Amino acid sequence: MKGPLQDAAPIELTLRVNGTAHTLQVPPLRRLLDVLRDELSLTGSKEGCGEGECGACTVLVDGEPVLACLIAACQVQDAEILTIEGAGLESIQQAFLDEGGAQCGICTPGMIVMTKAWIERCRRDDVEPTELGARTALAGNQCRCTGYGAIIAAALRAAAPGDGSS
Amino acid sequence: MKVVSARTLEQALEALATATPATRLLAGGTDLMVELQTGRAQPDLVVEIGGVSELRAIRETEQGLVLGAACTCSDLIASSLAARFGDILVSAARDVGAVQIQNRATLGGNLGTASPAADLTPALLALGATLQLRSHGASRELPLSEFFTGYRQTARRPDELIAGVVLPPRPPNELRAFRKVGTRRAQSISKLVLALAVSHEQGRVLRARVAAGSVADRSIRMTHLERALEAGATGDERSAAIAHSVAHDASPQDDVRSSAQYRSAVLGRVLTRMLAGLPES
Amino acid sequence: MTHYVGKHLARPDGPDKVAGRTTYVADLAVPGAWLGGTLRSPVPHGRLQRIERDPGFDWSRVVLVGPDDIPGENVQALIVDDQPVLAHDEICHVGEPLLLVAAPDAPTLEAALAALRPVIESLPAQLDFETSEHVHKRIDILKGDPGAVFAQLPSGARVFEGSYRTDSQEQLYIEPQGCVAWPPEPDGSFVVRGSMQCPHYVRKALVRCFGVTEEQARVVQLATGGGFGGKEDYPSVLACHSALLARACGRPVRMQYERHEDLMVTPKRHPALMTHRTAVAADGTLLAMDVEVVFDGGAYATLSSVVLSRGCIHAAGAYRCEHVSIRGRAVATHHVPCGAFRGFGAPQTCFAIERQMDRIARGLGLHPFALRHHNALRAGDTTATGQLLRDSVGSMEVLEAVRAASGIDTHAWCDPQRDDAATADDAIDAGATNANAGTTKRRGLGLSFFFHGSGFTGSGEELLKGRVRVALLPDGRAEVLSGSTEIGQGTITMFTAMAAETLGCDAEDIVVATPDTAHVPDSGPTVASRTCMVVGGVLTQACRTLAERIGAGDAPFRERARALLQRGDDGSVGVTYHSPPGLTWDDDTYRGDAYPCYGWAADVAEVEVDLDTLEVDVLHLWTAVDVGKAIQPRLVEGQIEGGTLQALGWAQREVVSTRGGHVEQDRMATCIIPTTLDAPPIDVTLIEVPFPHGPFGAKGVGELPMDGGAPAVLAAIEDAIGVHAAHVPATPERLLALLQARPGASA
Repeated sequence: MKGPLQDAAPIELTLRVNGTAHTLQVPPLRRLLDVLRDELSLTGSKEGCGEGECGACTVLVDGEPVLACLIAACQVQDAEILTIEGAGLESIQQAFLDEGGAQCGICTPGMIVMTKAWIERCRRDDVEPTELGARTALAGNQCRCTGYGAIIAAALRAAAPGDGSS
Repeated sequence: MKVVSARTLEQALEALATATPATRLLAGGTDLMVELQTGRAQPDLVVEIGGVSELRAIRETEQGLVLGAACTCSDLIASSLAARFGDILVSAARDVGAVQIQNRATLGGNLGTASPAADLTPALLALGATLQLRSHGASRELPLSEFFTGYRQTARRPDELIAGVVLPPRPPNELRAFRKVGTRRAQSISKLVLALAVSHEQGRVLRARVAAGSVADRSIRMTHLERALEAGATGDERSAAIAHSVAHDASPQDDVRSSAQYRSAVLGRVLTRMLAGLPES
Repeated sequence: MTHYVGKHLARPDGPDKVAGRTTYVADLAVPGAWLGGTLRSPVPHGRLQRIERDPGFDWSRVVLVGPDDIPGENVQALIVDDQPVLAHDEICHVGEPLLLVAAPDAPTLEAALAALRPVIESLPAQLDFETSEHVHKRIDILKGDPGAVFAQLPSGARVFEGSYRTDSQEQLYIEPQGCVAWPPEPDGSFVVRGSMQCPHYVRKALVRCFGVTEEQARVVQLATGGGFGGKEDYPSVLACHSALLARACGRPVRMQYERHEDLMVTPKRHPALMTHRTAVAADGTLLAMDVEVVFDGGAYATLSSVVLSRGCIHAAGAYRCEHVSIRGRAVATHHVPCGAFRGFGAPQTCFAIERQMDRIARGLGLHPFALRHHNALRAGDTTATGQLLRDSVGSMEVLEAVRAASGIDTHAWCDPQRDDAATADDAIDAGATNANAGTTKRRGLGLSFFFHGSGFTGSGEELLKGRVRVALLPDGRAEVLSGSTEIGQGTITMFTAMAAETLGCDAEDIVVATPDTAHVPDSGPTVASRTCMVVGGVLTQACRTLAERIGAGDAPFRERARALLQRGDDGSVGVTYHSPPGLTWDDDTYRGDAYPCYGWAADVAEVEVDLDTLEVDVLHLWTAVDVGKAIQPRLVEGQIEGGTLQALGWAQREVVSTRGGHVEQDRMATCIIPTTLDAPPIDVTLIEVPFPHGPFGAKGVGELPMDGGAPAVLAAIEDAIGVHAAHVPATPERLLALLQARPGASA
């Protein structure tokens, strides 16, 4: 049901997504997820539940991992958004390929974006990336295929310094 | 429906001046966005306050610690002041959802939604928190224990918003504990939330605050137990007081997450475990 | 020396998935598409009298489709023709579709649905499956004469009885169900694209619903975000609905379920009750087994007959016993029809026999590992259906491997003399006063041992006639044409590896075609742990034939392949499945070779129980699995880890309940699955006891891991706190109730 989210006079929304500036006319309560998928055709962020439970819509807003299905357009005025389509995720994506972290792939974009946020946070706080740290960071991203082992391995691999051999 | 994005507290209060009971505040959106999505909320006006920076301040004052109501769980977790004054509140914040939710869910939202399963509220009740309510041209303070008036009902008037939460200074000797029992280890609505703060001196209880969530239509203080502790109950007397308080202060229900029987039993068991940490005289 | 089989080949579909470029149905842009929705019954049983339309709504804005608008038969074709596409008289479950609506946008669709009111005369609903007398299917299996054994027990023998329950479970694929249908062309042909496991099942349903030919109903599988059985038959329902709407409004129609609708109306695991009576000699030898199995099939038969079949065949467990009686029935209730979910009846019955074995072990004072080892089926033994196990029986190997990994055999299971047992009883009683004393947690270990037949039961595969084609493309690459779908398990990778290995080419020389019924043969459904062994086997045969035609040589593969085409050969080989020789099966007596072979496994779970809250954490899970041959070890481990975690979730916390016929867990906030913090490290030991009739020796693995997790966890809980939980999920609420019911426990 998305009726009430369409109501109210549209606003002019300016934001940067993956480094590109956009100006859009959207209802103020339009979900960020819908702005990304429908207005900007960035379909990499997925809707698994629409209620903030599954994590498949995880994006970075001003560097913070959040759920795009819970964010209204009026709340990201002039924000900097990073989605799975953005740059800077390559080493994490490679780690997921190397460790078998993607099976059906539907949770994968959210997992990778959240992993990015976690690695950045570890660096910023000068905290060593551990298995528990990875699991805690990814606890809001649900996967039904993998049992999480390969995903955690991929996150740790991507977080390891240098050539990632561990 | 009208949507007003406020940039300052004054703008928000002006917009709220014409609020009705159907008016909603949007801060983190972790509750409201779901209610809008499902059609459960059909507001006439939404006042968006996520960008009001003064509502996110954390300041130490003579009263104690003032937490801006738009502080997110992540803000609380990152704040050394919050850790010092309200360690059990920070524990509660860590048990909310998962990182993405913690980055958005706010103090004011958790209080204002007034779900009986709210994670932060029992810790705030145990800490003796006071709310700062503001409206256009007026302000008032209200002890949190007087804020909840019914199932998802609060004393907030439609034209008011929760501006801040005040935590008093921490007494020198205070046993504090927090526990959330959920359906899984993260991303879980609670089956039971328990928070207590019992100040003591040389084996004597000075003041006890014991609060629980998900065992009534609102977060509660377990006043029978508090009085018994303050009267010096130990051993079998304390066990009896716990049982009595569980039976009379709490009214747990069966619901999709758990049963009344489980909630009652576990409430007693966890309280017993927590209070075992009180030093004897 | 193999190049691809048994080695790690990077997933061809991997790069798109990690980049977010993969197009799932919700990502498919369809300009001009309308949205479809469904008016559903709010009651579990009733007679539909009429559907009222609010005259205040402008009905010209939308298109409605009712039972009278169905061009073919109002039958949701699957096995038994008892389920209508749209209910027209008797309503049999909450959520049953009554009317379809197509609208240009979401707000109009919502408004139209809100303006429709079904008028239903409510009828009494049968919601309790134990008392239902309406039987979808009965299956009886008899081996030897158990009655005679029970009547005259040898000296020293004892009889153990136990009742075991398993509740429903939701597949919870992270991608909700959805499809898009296009309106018919002038020649009556149309196409449906969507998230699904079995495009040919969907086609079969469309053919009946529309009264068209197979060529006219084209079905294309899009990238599918998880299935686990939940997208085996339900996509046929969605496809019929959306195609009917597309035909009615002359535009493409998208039906994309939101999570709430998906949880409310799509099929889930069959709730079950198993009752065991077992005669056991003093040394633990199983003398006779009597098992009753009852499954709740819900309102319509759908797949219940086959779920019951597999459940019953596995009900005696992976054990030898000369006298076995298994009596099973799948009954009807006024619940949403149940369907396929990984394991397909076996997790339910396997749970029961494994808990029964623990009951026997404890009763006789035998170690559960020793009891399993003593009775485990070995090569040369016969199963409950009288099947002589010849090939690929890794039972001893998996038991030995899990023993070595976990030390379960030397662990003093449920022994009250154990070191850490002393403090437990003090703290266990509710309202413990000496909570200061000792630990707040107790640990335990538990074992399960199980098997799972690969492929369709009995004559199923012969009847299916699964077919694969391999055809050379003009550029010399080889294209694999199969109806088997990639749903995350790695079909594309596995087929690429097998084809490249057999053709003697590089992985880059292989293309796996999209499962599009217009282009690929019907290889049978992607279910039943058959894609590797059965379809992969047919694929390998086809590649071998093609390789012979291409011939060996020093030139690169593509060059030699193009040369073959230039010689006038069409470069295409189609092969149909034939069962291995010497297998017999009788569908009436349920005797014979139920499956060509079985996968074997053993699990050991280590749990930690919180004595105050009865929350259970699984700290570690060891599993040893005989898969015949791991074509792609990384993928096989992925299946084992994923399936095992689904089993652990079911064991502990994945509650699915109904009230008045409504599913109570109708949002993801309440229908929960494990998170990263609930998932233990899962230690997998892969065992390979090759199956001579499987490609490179491979058997199936997809479902096997689902069968053993739950009993291992509940056995570990029993070891930790002494309660014999016999009901899945063993939630903290149920565990506390069991503790409080123990004699001597305080209130």
